[in-house]
Amino acid sequence: MRLTQTFIGTLAFIAVLLMPFKGTASDPHQEEGGGKFDPKELIDSHVWDSHEFHIADWSGHPITLALPVILWTDNGLTIFSSAEFHHDNSGTHVVEANGQEFVRYREHIFYADRFSQEKFQETSTMGRPFLYEDRPLDFSITKTVFSMILVSLILLLLFSVAARHYKKNKMAPKGVSGFLEPVIIFVRDEIAVPNIGSKYVKYMPFLLTTFFFIWVNNLVGLIPFFPFSGNVTGNIIFTLIMALIVFIITVFSGNKYYWKHILTPDVPKALYPIMIPIEIIGMFTKPFALMVRLFANITAGHIIILSLVGLIFIFETAAISPVSIVFVLFMSVLELLVAALQAYVFTLLAALFIGQAVEEHH
Amino acid sequence: MNIVAPESLIFWTTIIFLLLLFLLRKFAWKPILGAVRTRETSINDALAAAEKARLEMQNLHADNEKLLQEARAERELMLKEARELKTKMISEAKDEAKAEADKMVAQAQAAIESEKKSAIAEMKQQVASLSLEIAEKVMKKELSDKEKQLKLVDEMLGQAKLN
Repeated sequence: MRLTQTFIGTLAFIAVLLMPFKGTASDPHQEEGGGKFDPKELIDSHVWDSHEFHIADWSGHPITLALPVILWTDNGLTIFSSAEFHHDNSGTHVVEANGQEFVRYREHIFYADRFSQEKFQETSTMGRPFLYEDRPLDFSITKTVFSMILVSLILLLLFSVAARHYKKNKMAPKGVSGFLEPVIIFVRDEIAVPNIGSKYVKYMPFLLTTFFFIWVNNLVGLIPFFPFSGNVTGNIIFTLIMALIVFIITVFSGNKYYWKHILTPDVPKALYPIMIPIEIIGMFTKPFALMVRLFANITAGHIIILSLVGLIFIFETAAISPVSIVFVLFMSVLELLVAALQAYVFTLLAALFIGQAVEEHH
Repeated sequence: MNIVAPESLIFWTTIIFLLLLFLLRKFAWKPILGAVRTRETSINDALAAAEKARLEMQNLHADNEKLLQEARAERELMLKEARELKTKMISEAKDEAKAEADKMVAQAQAAIESEKKSAIAEMKQQVASLSLEIAEKVMKKELSDKEKQLKLVDEMLGQAKLN
């Protein structure tokens, strides 16, 4: 596993390079609200999604990149800049667009006339995003979507450069492709081939895209300054879609042995009422585990790092900062490992599930 | 867990991922994996060719060795043959010379013999004619005196008795 060692070595090196930025990134936030420091708010604002990209605060005023708000309202498609909310998140600033009025309350956009703070408070945290009778469908380019687009562009740039290099250079790879090729070969020889077998070629583009998309998203989430820091892989909707794509590919790749295993397993007929539901539930629990694993690992890492930074402000003393710095440094290096590890695990399990679906038995 | 708007992320994640998959597949994975596979094939081919060349070299070496051995054996054979030929030629020449010499000696001897014979024959003739002449002369002289004639007759008669 020399490849893995080199891989981890490279990550550790990148980690050390990025370290100086980690501490400063959260600082501007502490001045927010003026009085009492609320660690929950700090963590939420970093981990959650938002309609604008917060860059820094300058003498009490937040500097943000306004992202487009795209709404599917009763009057059809409505697009305006998130700057129109003037950083308001309390549901008081009313924005007029396309003959309708909108307010924003804790990043949720409501029709101004149907919004009620009481109703929002009464709704459970889980239910709040689904108050569709009070709000338009929101297809905004949020911070998470922005990060996703950014990562896609980075990947396209990186790999088109590498691909162009291959067209010109028939010799051993160097430069960008020299770095990327071992990782691509790793995905092929350590993930795809052992788990899927001879049919791996068909699934290589999906596995490679998944691996690099998740990995780079994880890394970008760890870089604490604009235009990075978007927490994409720590968003359960993102992991849900990724797991769903794995599920769809698995189901559509399934051969007759796969379906036979689920619908008529090799057990006495009397056990069918138990076994078939278990197998069918198993089809869904596998991608569900994929979804939760990635989301939980990344979110947990971010929360831990932010909590450690938050220690300084909770104790309201700089004396604690050496402890914070040491722990944050440790956690950040660990997170770099986790970033690659979770991308690897997600891709590995996706390959494993696909492999089970296309396996030729008996 | 704060999800701003699930529909937004569901929509954009799906679109972005599928688009990224399509673009990377077309512009990155196919050329890169293709190039990697081509290179792997070419490396394998090169290694196989090197191995083949090595075997060929080995064969060639063996062939050379064989050829050298053959050449050496042939040279040996040629030398041996030459030596034999030389010996044979010398002995043949000797034999021939001896035969010639013998023949010559024989001829000489024969000539000598015949010369001797003819010489002896001639000598016999000469001796005979000489004897006759002497005898004639002696007779002539002896028989010129009666007494002597008688004496001779007596002598001869005496001899005849003896016979």
